[in-house]
Amino acid sequence: MNAMPGRPVLVDPSAGRVPAGGAARTKSQETKVVALRTARSPLSARALATLREAAATVVPPLVMLAALLLIWQLATDKPDASLPSPLKIWTEANDLIVSPFFVYGPQDIGLGWRVLTSLERVAYGFGLAAIVGIVLGAVVGQSVWAMRGLDPIFQVLRTVPPLAWLPISLAAFRDSGPSAVFVIFITAVWPVIINTAVGIRNIPQDYRNVAEVLRLNPLEYFWRIMIPSAAPYIFTGLRIGIGLSWLAIVAAEMLTGGVGIGFFIWDAWNSSRLSDIVVALVYIGVVGFVLDRLVALVGRIATRGTASA
Amino acid sequence: MTAQLAKPFLQLQGVRKVFSRGGMETEVLTDISLDIAEGEFVSIIGHSGCGKSTLLNLVAGLTRVTTGAVLLENREVNEPGPERAVVFQNHSLLPWLTVYENVRIAVDKVFGRTKSRADRHAWTLHNLDLVQMGHAKDKRPAEISGGMKQRVGIARALAMEPKVLLMDEPFGALDALTRAHLQDSVMQIHARLGNTAIMITHDVDEAVLLSDRIVMMTNGPSARVGEVLEVGLPRPRNRLELVSDARYIHAREAVLKFLYERHRFVEAA
Repeated sequence: MNAMPGRPVLVDPSAGRVPAGGAARTKSQETKVVALRTARSPLSARALATLREAAATVVPPLVMLAALLLIWQLATDKPDASLPSPLKIWTEANDLIVSPFFVYGPQDIGLGWRVLTSLERVAYGFGLAAIVGIVLGAVVGQSVWAMRGLDPIFQVLRTVPPLAWLPISLAAFRDSGPSAVFVIFITAVWPVIINTAVGIRNIPQDYRNVAEVLRLNPLEYFWRIMIPSAAPYIFTGLRIGIGLSWLAIVAAEMLTGGVGIGFFIWDAWNSSRLSDIVVALVYIGVVGFVLDRLVALVGRIATRGTASA
Repeated sequence: MTAQLAKPFLQLQGVRKVFSRGGMETEVLTDISLDIAEGEFVSIIGHSGCGKSTLLNLVAGLTRVTTGAVLLENREVNEPGPERAVVFQNHSLLPWLTVYENVRIAVDKVFGRTKSRADRHAWTLHNLDLVQMGHAKDKRPAEISGGMKQRVGIARALAMEPKVLLMDEPFGALDALTRAHLQDSVMQIHARLGNTAIMITHDVDEAVLLSDRIVMMTNGPSARVGEVLEVGLPRPRNRLELVSDARYIHAREAVLKFLYERHRFVEAA
């Protein structure tokens, strides 16, 4: 099939370009035949291979998803079932599924808007946790005594569930908005601190020696040695942190109310809209997955040198 | 060489180093005195664990002497600095920077105030060319071979225009062929720039080939300078011609006898 890869390529451009301006039909048809032949070049073979690879990763989850939906449908397809079946959800919560960004009224908006509101809170809380966590982790990782003194405290505090922080934070801030942000912050900050500290402690002596010989000042040392060297650890912490803050947002919004996706679930439960809850859960899952992958991707780009050292 | 007649450039005066850990004290080096002239190439050789690297770290300022003093141009050395650039045994390139950036960070730090941006760029490239690494300037350390990494490490050290170039077993982790290439490179660079250099090694041939003097260390703990050998071979030196040179053979024999007759390393057996 690929017997003459050289000739059509040589012929094709000259034959194709001349009639391209809209000349006789027969000529353009001729070029089309040639173009088909060049389509079997190694380039298209590679495209085909990547397509096949993509199918191999996409098709199995889709098949499993279909199977699970089928089982679910069969299990709940009775009039007296306590949970809605997929088909029932599709009809009952159709507007929520097909149009994420509708606005019917102040409290009747699409789930996309609600997710965005929640994401905004997470952005504040997690952003704060990332900055504070990295700086605090760097300080703790630098000093043996700070590590000894603070590590047990961090280890205890990080096991406190997000919801348990809420009363204290409500009492401290006297407002639900900052309270929710604080709960996200306090949930996400511990893994960032701990991982950063471990990363800083694991900076090889070689790099420290290089920094000493070059006489880097503390700020240069922080940016040019510490952060890049500890980056793989820091991003591990950030990835755990973003997962935790997404867990915390739902909990926090259930109690603080407002527009977020967490409050939507609570509200739907109070008015027995089970189908809406299921749709919201899917939204939360997908957004959480995307957030995790996003941080992982940023981490991979940022640490492309360090990881392969 | 006339340099040897000049007044001492780098002096070690009665240097003693004790490491203490948890109440236990180990004397690593004792009573090390050495004068090194400007432009001289000195090798320090000894069995492993004799404190060679500690000695180099003392000159680099990475560790402090317990008693005694290290003087560079009559000023005491008590902290690291770019005028005593170190070529580390395992290259110690920063893996997140490219080859160019690894040298540039040193150039920026040392010449940030004295050279313009364009000059620093040119100086970085010049030093990479000196070690024949200009072609790989945009690669990251993970993408180049061990010998190439060590070349970049040497370029980084040279780019600081050090008064003393300190090399800690610079070719220890390389295969024999690459090692020979790099030794020739270092000889050429030394001939061209006339740096003062101290090299730690455990390779007798390498020490004789490169050095003006070889400092032989006794076994630790409490290692001291056993003997100092003047190599006295004319430069430029050619490794092939030297193989049959009587002075080369004599120098080699002297070092070997020191290491394996008088100061055999018992634990290594």
